[in-house]
Amino acid sequence: MKITKADVEHVAKLARLEITEAEQDAFSKQLSAILTYVEQLKTLDTAGVEPTATVLEQTNVFREDKARPSLSVEKALANAPEREDGHFAVPKIIEER
Amino acid sequence: MSLYKLTLRELQEKFTKGEVTACEIVQAYQLRINQVEPKVRAYITLTKESAMAQAEALDEKLKGWRRTMPLMGMPVAVKDNICTQNVLTTCASRMLGNFVPPYDASVIARLRGQSYLLLGKTNLDEFAMGSSTENSAFGPSRNPWNLSRVPGGSSGGSAAAVAADLCAAALGSDTGGSIRQPAACCGVVGLKPTYGRVSRFGLVAFASSLDQIGPITKDVADAAMVLGVIAGHDPLDSTSANLPVPDYAKALKKKDFKKLKVGVPREYFAEGLDPEVEQAVQAAIEEIKQLGAEIKEIALPRTDAAIATYYLIATAEASSNLARYDGVKYGLRSKETANLLDMYMKTRQEGFGPEVKRRIMLGTYALSAGYYDAYYGKAQAVRTLIRQDFEAAFREVDLIVTPVTPTPAFKLGEKSEDPLQMYLSDIYTISVNLAGNPAISVPCGFSKTGLPIGLQLIGRPFEEETLLRGAHAYEQATGWRAKRPNIR
Repeated sequence: MKITKADVEHVAKLARLEITEAEQDAFSKQLSAILTYVEQLKTLDTAGVEPTATVLEQTNVFREDKARPSLSVEKALANAPEREDGHFAVPKIIEER
Repeated sequence: MSLYKLTLRELQEKFTKGEVTACEIVQAYQLRINQVEPKVRAYITLTKESAMAQAEALDEKLKGWRRTMPLMGMPVAVKDNICTQNVLTTCASRMLGNFVPPYDASVIARLRGQSYLLLGKTNLDEFAMGSSTENSAFGPSRNPWNLSRVPGGSSGGSAAAVAADLCAAALGSDTGGSIRQPAACCGVVGLKPTYGRVSRFGLVAFASSLDQIGPITKDVADAAMVLGVIAGHDPLDSTSANLPVPDYAKALKKKDFKKLKVGVPREYFAEGLDPEVEQAVQAAIEEIKQLGAEIKEIALPRTDAAIATYYLIATAEASSNLARYDGVKYGLRSKETANLLDMYMKTRQEGFGPEVKRRIMLGTYALSAGYYDAYYGKAQAVRTLIRQDFEAAFREVDLIVTPVTPTPAFKLGEKSEDPLQMYLSDIYTISVNLAGNPAISVPCGFSKTGLPIGLQLIGRPFEEETLLRGAHAYEQATGWRAKRPNIR
C-alpha cells in the first residue's frame, strides 16, 4: 500500500496535526511500509466472523443518576493553559463581519 | 543487609515488627537513588519531600503500634501515565509536561488507603507507545544489567527501578506487552492481569480495549501481594469486572505444577527467535515438566496475524483517545496561533513526539472514510479469531508457556530508526492483550553477555491464581532471582 505525501497531508489534517515537510516524507515511507505489512490480514477468511470491540461479556453498565461530589471549578481549571472568569479560554471562534 | 535489597514482603515483615521505621525506609532508598539513579534514569519525577513527609506522618501515627496492611510504609514507584493527585503526571510527553492531576487513579487511591510511600513517577515511552523508553520526551532509561542497553518498554522506568533497587515494587501498564517485556529485559517479575481485573480509572488512556495496570516486582510473591491490593471492582471504571478478589498469597502454597497441563504453542518457537532465548525457555519448560506438569504441544494458528491486528486496533483507539489533547483544558498550548484550528494543529505538532504522531496518523488512516472496513473492521474480525485460538487452547491446557521477547534487551538506538522492526519485537506479548487473558513474565536465565531472559506464562481469564502458582513454583525451583545487576 503506497501512501503518498498528499495522503499524509489529508490524514494529518483529519488528525489535527500540523506536520513539517520532513515529517511528510518520513510518514509517507513509514506508513507505506506498515500498511504493506498489515495487508497480510486480507489473506484470512473472516466471512461471518463477529468483530471484537471488547473482550468483556457485559454490554452496558448503569448507575443511579444521582449527583456525586466532583471537582471544584478551581481544581478543574487549575491545569488550563488559559482561563477567564471561571471558564476555559480559547481563541475567538466566530469571526466578526 | 541493606534495606533496598529486600523484597517487598521481607521489608513489610521488618516494618510490621517495628525493626525499621518508614523514615528509615525512605532514607535508605533516597541514598540508593542518589547513588544509582544518575546512571539508570528510571524516574521522571522524584517525590523526595512528599515521600519523607508521608513517612514522618506514618511513623507518628503508628507510634508503638503496628497494624499489618500489605503496602503500609512500602516504597513504591509508579509509571508516569497513572494519575497521582498533586504529583506531576507527564506520560513522558511535552504535551503533559506541566500536568498535575487533581485526582488519584483508583489504584493509587487504594495504595494511599494503605499508607504506601510514593518514591516517584517512572519513565516510559511517550503515552506508553514503544518498547524501549527511547520515545520518552525526557530521554531514555538504561538497563541496569548493561547501561548501553534499553530497559524495554513502555514501562521501562518501572522495570529498571525494580531491578536497580530504586523502589521495592512498581506499577506499570500493559497494552501490548509494556509490563512483561521490560520485566523480561530487566530480570524482574511483571504481571499483566486479566482485562477488567484492575481498574483503569486514572490511567491515561492509550488503547482502552487493551490497557491494563499491573505490578512489576522483585519476585512472584510480591506480585501476588500487590495484585491483591489493586485488583477488584471499581464503579468509576465500567470495564472493571464485578468479581470477588481471591487471596492470591494462598495460590502460592502449592509449589509445583501437579495436575496442571501446560501448553507450548509451536508458532512461538519459529523463525526470529534468538537461539539463546529459545534454549533458556526450553530449559524452563523441562523444569516445569520436572515440577509435575503435563507438557502438551498446542497451536495458536493466528499468531502471525497478531502484530498487524494489534497495530491497527491500538492505533485506531489511540487516535481517538489522544484527540483530547487540544490545548484547551490542560497540558500544552502553542503560543501565537492565528485561530482555533491553527491552535489545535500547532499545539499537537509541538506537544507530541514522532512515534505518537506516527500512531495517530496510522490510526486516523485506519478509521477514515473508505478504509474503515478494510483495516479497522478487518482487524476487529481477526481479533475474534485470535481470541478463539486462545479459547480453544485453554480447553486443552491450564497454562501456556512462551518466550516474552525474541531477543534479550537491544542496544539504545538499534531499532529507533525503523518503527516496523520495533513493532515486530512485540510478537509474543500482544496476542494476550487482544484476547484479554492474564500473563506473567519471570526470569528464566541469562544470555552469554549477561542480559536477563524472561519466561511468559499465560492463563485463563480471571485465573491469576493458577498463573501465580506456576510462576512461583518455577521461580522457587530455580535460582535466577539470586543474581543481581552490578550497575556500572
